[in-house]
This record gives sequence, structure tokens and C-alpha cells, in this order.
Amino acid sequence: MAVYKRTYKGYEGALTPEWSRFLILPRYAWASLFKQRFLLILYVVCFFYPIGCAVFLYLNANLGALASLIPGSSTMKGLDVGGTFFNIFTATQGSLAFILTSFIGPGLISPDLANNALPLYFCRPFSRTEYVLGKLGVVAILLSSITWIPGLLLFLMQWSLADAKWFEQNSWLAWSIFLGNIIWILLISLLALAISAWVRWKVIAGSALLLIFFLGTGLSAAINAVLRTAKGEWIDIGANINRVWAELFRLKLGDGDMISVEEAWVSLFCTLALCLWLLWKKIRAYEVVR
Amino acid sequence: MTPVIQLENLSVRLGNRDILRNLTGTLTGRSLGLLGPNGAGKSTLINTLLGFYPPLTGTARILGNDIRTNANEIRRIVGYMPENDTFIGSMTAVSFVRMMAELSGLPAEAALERAHEALFYVGLGEARYRQVGTYSLGMKQLAKLAQAIVHGPKLVILDEPTNGLDPPARQRMLKLIKEMRDSGTMNIVLCSHLLRDVEDTCEEVMILKQGELVYSANLEEERKLNRRFLELETYGIQNGFVEAAEAIGCECASLAGGRVKLILGDGVEIRDIYKLAAERDLQLRRLSYRRDTLEDIFLKAMEFKGAAQ
Repeated sequence: MAVYKRTYKGYEGALTPEWSRFLILPRYAWASLFKQRFLLILYVVCFFYPIGCAVFLYLNANLGALASLIPGSSTMKGLDVGGTFFNIFTATQGSLAFILTSFIGPGLISPDLANNALPLYFCRPFSRTEYVLGKLGVVAILLSSITWIPGLLLFLMQWSLADAKWFEQNSWLAWSIFLGNIIWILLISLLALAISAWVRWKVIAGSALLLIFFLGTGLSAAINAVLRTAKGEWIDIGANINRVWAELFRLKLGDGDMISVEEAWVSLFCTLALCLWLLWKKIRAYEVVR
Repeated sequence: MTPVIQLENLSVRLGNRDILRNLTGTLTGRSLGLLGPNGAGKSTLINTLLGFYPPLTGTARILGNDIRTNANEIRRIVGYMPENDTFIGSMTAVSFVRMMAELSGLPAEAALERAHEALFYVGLGEARYRQVGTYSLGMKQLAKLAQAIVHGPKLVILDEPTNGLDPPARQRMLKLIKEMRDSGTMNIVLCSHLLRDVEDTCEEVMILKQGELVYSANLEEERKLNRRFLELETYGIQNGFVEAAEAIGCECASLAGGRVKLILGDGVEIRDIYKLAAERDLQLRRLSYRRDTLEDIFLKAMEFKGAAQ
């Protein structure tokens, strides 16, 4: 099919490994997303807090040197860097990740459905699972870069700045940072994808993602108040993720009524399973009308 | 020679409806036309061959690959141009076709090169940096063709490729299809309700009706038979005219408005037809020879819902 000949010729070159093909979707999606200046700025803003934390860790570890520069401050003592610090980091970056997802997520699947593009994907050696993985990768890889990756970098930085005892006492934090952020990323990414698959209008899909959280909290409070129970929290995704984070970062929560951490995990996994089921129902080459 | 498509008792059920029923046949030609009225099951057959719908019973093979066990291999060697508007509107044509090539397994650089070439080949070279969503209907059809052939498939399935095209664009599309067929590197399945398109481009034809295969033949061989076609317009009660014609060795199809199409059997002459009409007091208002066209084959297949040939 050479241009100069304008005749058709088949392709006989090498092919890429099948396992790597789901990564094609994120590459094209990012190229399109970062053409939007607002999203690019928002993404850059997401790094401000981790950079601030890095500066804080550095100063915190070098208070002795800092104190020698400031007369009369020889008694300055560094703050403990532990579960609370990384829980705040996770919550802050998690909020930014949620905002970023609410802008990116709705436009991931709905345009393919609106343009009937799914048969074009699935008539190739590209499965529905790979499609979902690829679309999930668009959000999840981007969110990873602002959540657990900088979180672990901060952990490593603190490890290098603090004494060996700190690592012995806090090595468990690395796993908590990773797991706490990954579960959150999976949750909001899959929710965004599921909404994008079922709601074709981007603005409504973005709003739906916000509504799920706010309505969940409101309904949960109403159920708890009316039925005098704590089980309403089963539908409060925000409360559940906070419960899980608190457990992962070994923080003590208030004594008020709340569901157990095991119930919070189950609730989150049920939400993930529901999202996957919704995606599975919708992501197919052609819909069979029964 | 490995058959291009081999159907073995293939049945498909969607919901509670049997859409395809026990299709059996083998097609070996370089270009195959898939014909049938609306709802005959043409698109369902294509979607089943591509693995979108699971077969209820039986199976099919594309170039020797079983659709039940080798679906991935089939998708690697097949290019598909869907009937509906199917594209990613926000992408430029070159990005769109390149991404499709990459999804078929081509490395990024090769995909980019082939995307440019495919777009030039189909005649969209000058418009390849425009968003596909801004294309006219004819250009969208060409972009769909480009994505179907960009990865160099061995079989291209074209579902109504001339839909909505003006006459020059239609001619250009048919010319491209013939060129691809004659390139010797790919086979073509053309699904169309335009008999002329199929007649112009296909060597073999398969006709579906209500989910059943009612006719399957090599068009060239059919033409070589040089059968004599006769079209009659009668007036009055036919009174067993068609049956009598069949009895003397003709193949007949009764149409609306007293029209009858006949294929004269060996040794049957037109005077025999006049005689049959006269015996039944049937007026022959018009009598004309017709060329051995695909339309005749199609109409006959629609009339006689028999077993596949």
C-alpha cells in the first residue's frame, strides 16, 4: 500500500505482544486529555501538596541545623512523621484524585458508545477485558502518579532523612500507603467508567459521580437517624474509605456508632463488583435487544 | 485450497429468537457477496463470524480457523467495515486509523506509516488530519474502509460499503473493492442489498432468507450456464400456467401483478409458452428476454425457499 504506488499490499512485519495492547488506549487518551489546558493545570496543581510535604520532611529532619540559624530556638523539636502524616497525605491527594477523575472519567467510554465504536475495537484481537483495563489505565495510571507514587517517594525520603529506628517502627506504612491509595483509585476509576458507560452525556456523568458520594452520605445519615443504626454507612463510600484508611494507618477513630472495618471493606468490594458488572453488561460490540 | 468461509450447521439464537438456522455451505472465491432482504440474518452472520455472538449449534471456519476456538486468530486476519456510522469522532483520521492498526498488533511506527498509506489509498490523503466527526458520509465510509484494511487482513468484511454514497463516490468505492480483490492478497465478503454492487464485485454469492441459506453459487459458473430467462406479464387468471410451465421443464417465479419469470428448460421454446397460455385463455401482455442477472437469481431464491444448492 505504498503511497507512491497507490496499490494495496498486505502487512507482513512483526506484531506487538498481545499483553501490551491495552496500554494503547491510555496513550491515545492522554494525548487527547492534555491538549486541554485546564486539565493540564489541574494535574500540575496535584503535585503542589506532595512537593510541600517533601519540603516539610526535609525541614523537619533538619531542625537542628535550622535552629542554629535562628537565635534562641535551640529547643525546637521535630514532629513525628507516621500514620497521621500519611493519612492526611492520602486524604488530600485522594480528594484531588477524585476531582481529576470527575473531569476525566465521564469522557472515557461514552464517546465510544455514542459513536458505535465498540465493534471497531472488538473486531480486532482486543478483548472486552483489555478494553476495560485500557480505559481503567487511563485514570488509574494518572491517579497513581499523584497518589501512591509520590506517597512512597515521601516515605523513602523520610526513611533516608530519619534514623534507622524510624524505619523499624514505620516500615508497615509503605504497604498502607500503597494499598490505601490503590483501593481508592480502583473505586473512583471504576465508578467513573461505569457511569461513563451508562450515561452518555459528559456533564451529567460528571455530576453523577459527585452525586453518588454526596447522596450516599446523605442517605446513610438518614437511614442511621431513622432506624437508629450504623448500618446506613454501608452505602456511604466516603465514610467507608475513611474507615479503611484509618485502619491501614493505625489511627484511632471516635467512639461514635460506625460499621466495622471488615464491613467497610466488604462494602467497598461490593461497590467494585457492582461497577464491574455494570461495565460487563454494557461493554459489548453489539447490544442484543431481547 | 482452504475455504474462505465454511459454515457447518451454524445456528444462532438472540434472546428467544432463532436468527440463523442450520447454515451449511462452503465458499472458496476471492470475493463473496452476502445477500438477503432486511432481517434475513446477514449482519448476524457477520457478527457471529467475528465472534460477537456465540453460535447455538454448529460452527464456522474462516480460512481454516474455527470461530469457537480460534476467535482471536480470526480477528487478527480479518478486517471489518461495519454498516453503521462507527468511528471516534474526536480523533483525526490519521490518529484513528493508526490506533486501530496498533490495536491489531502493528508497532506504533509501522501503524503510523500504514495509516497514512491506507488513507491515501482510499482517497482521504488530503483530509487525513481532519477530525473524523467533521467528515461527510462518503468520507466516513472511506475512513471505515481505511481502518478495515490498515493492518493488512487476509479477509475484509464490508457491510453495506456503498450506503449513502453518491454515484461517483459509489463508483470509487467499488473500484477500490475490485482493486483489493484483484491485488491477490485478500479475500472480500461484501454484504449489500444493492445487487448491482455484488454483481460487479463478487465471484460467489450466498443468499439468506429468514435466517436460512436459500442459495449459494458461483456467479461466473451461473453465467456460463447461459440460461434463457423470460419475463412475462400476464392478464387473466393463470389457471395452473406456472405449474404447467414447470411440468415441461421451466423454473418459474410468480411475482405480483401477474408477472412471471421463467428460466426455459432444455428443449423448451417460446412457442411452448405461447401454447400453454393459449390453452388457459391467458393473455400475454408482455414478453421479454432478460439477461442472466443476479436479480434473477435473487428473486428466484426469494421465491423458492428451498435447500441451499
